[in-house]
Amino acid sequence: MSTAATALRSRHLLGIEHLERDEIDLILDTALAMKEVGSRHIKKVPTLRGRTVVNLFFEASTRTRMSFELAEKRLSADTLGMTTTGSSVTKGETLTDTARTIEAMAPDLIVMRHASSGAPHQLAKICRAGIINAGDGTHEHPTQALLDAFTMRERKARLQGLRVAIVGDLEHSRVLRSNVFLLTKVGASVVVCGPPTLRPVGIAEMGVEVTSSIDRAVEGADVVMMLRVQHERMKGLFLPSMREYFTLFGLTPERMRRAAPDAIVMHPGPMNRGVEIDSEVADGPWSVILDQVANGLAVRMAVLYLLAGEEG
Amino acid sequence: MPIVMDAARVSRSLTRIAHEIVERNRQIDDLALIGIRARGVPIAERLAAALHDLTGVTVPTGALDITLYRDDLMRHAVGPQPVLRSTEISFSIDDRVILLVDDVLYTGRTIRAALDALIDFGRPRAIQLVALVDRGHRELPIRADYVGRNIPTSQQQSVQVRLVELDGRDEVEVEG
Repeated sequence: MSTAATALRSRHLLGIEHLERDEIDLILDTALAMKEVGSRHIKKVPTLRGRTVVNLFFEASTRTRMSFELAEKRLSADTLGMTTTGSSVTKGETLTDTARTIEAMAPDLIVMRHASSGAPHQLAKICRAGIINAGDGTHEHPTQALLDAFTMRERKARLQGLRVAIVGDLEHSRVLRSNVFLLTKVGASVVVCGPPTLRPVGIAEMGVEVTSSIDRAVEGADVVMMLRVQHERMKGLFLPSMREYFTLFGLTPERMRRAAPDAIVMHPGPMNRGVEIDSEVADGPWSVILDQVANGLAVRMAVLYLLAGEEG
Repeated sequence: MPIVMDAARVSRSLTRIAHEIVERNRQIDDLALIGIRARGVPIAERLAAALHDLTGVTVPTGALDITLYRDDLMRHAVGPQPVLRSTEISFSIDDRVILLVDDVLYTGRTIRAALDALIDFGRPRAIQLVALVDRGHRELPIRADYVGRNIPTSQQQSVQVRLVELDGRDEVEVEG
């Protein structure tokens, strides 16, 4: 049993892989306190007044970008956003040059989403600001895994010993990687399931069970997490047809009957209804998909708060 | 180091404060006690019990964490953020008389933060301040309405309040 952490050891949040268990607990506990702020009449606290946060989104995002922006505003930070369209990136500016330009404006924190794995790590080498990875390629999406863990803990009152099935496009999923890192650190048991063509090399070495049968994966699960089929990242023939995918790997009410009686269903969004998940499940009593969105706000407020104290 | 209040003295002070609260506030029904984390919370709960014994009225209690409102939060160049605890106020504070409760009143900066936090929850009719110990050295124009004991200190000293609920025993010690 380690003693409780009172601070994060790094001033960046680049991934879950290098977080310690007590740091994960600290973020989740802080998020619990942050969630209360959202229930108030005035949903804003003066904590990050005078701090500047830059949101760099080099890749499409709705919920993560809005969630970070709202989290920053609720903490009273000054925020500026940049998306790829309408920026100098379309004129051919390199990541390094964009980073140097932003560095000259002396932000305190930079939130970054990028299609290339490792881009935030490169940014961390150039900038004095703390970097928060909001998803890099197929590598990691740490705040998603943290909000998933927060939602599981909220519903199940624990993480240790939970049976979690993660089903879908494993190959392209940074959500999978961050979740597997987190869940294995906190002592949950994880089974992953996906078509053999969408299974990353070395997945079995990450401490999880691997299966091609969704029925076997869902059997007795406390949590069923569906991953999106990421058409946009598929450069080649991975799947014969979406209909066949749904038949073999889609989550239906019938399949949910194999799960634990009070099981919950999660999805990081955006959903492909009728591809990886049946609408009856997505909108059914198992679904905590909208809780995930609400909890994402609290988790991101917690991360911003904890990292803002660590100056370079 | 001297123990300036023992368990009996803490208990007597809180009983006296409860009587003063009843004396000053004709409508007990409008009151609510909000303790500042950490040690203001058990003191608020004890005052609620004492008020119930005196009047038969159950005064609602809440817990306030002022961390997000601190004025020194971002001033430390390097260092960890204070650990955030949750605020629990399950009733509307609008039009109520709020008794804000803390263990030690010192510079007044904690109370300034607490006032800002409370205003974000609503518009109380009035806010009164309860402190178990007032040790002086105010840096802001703030004073307590109810004080358990005034204890003259130097700024080099520290005052430790210990309560059964959190520390296993009731006492106030001046250290240094």
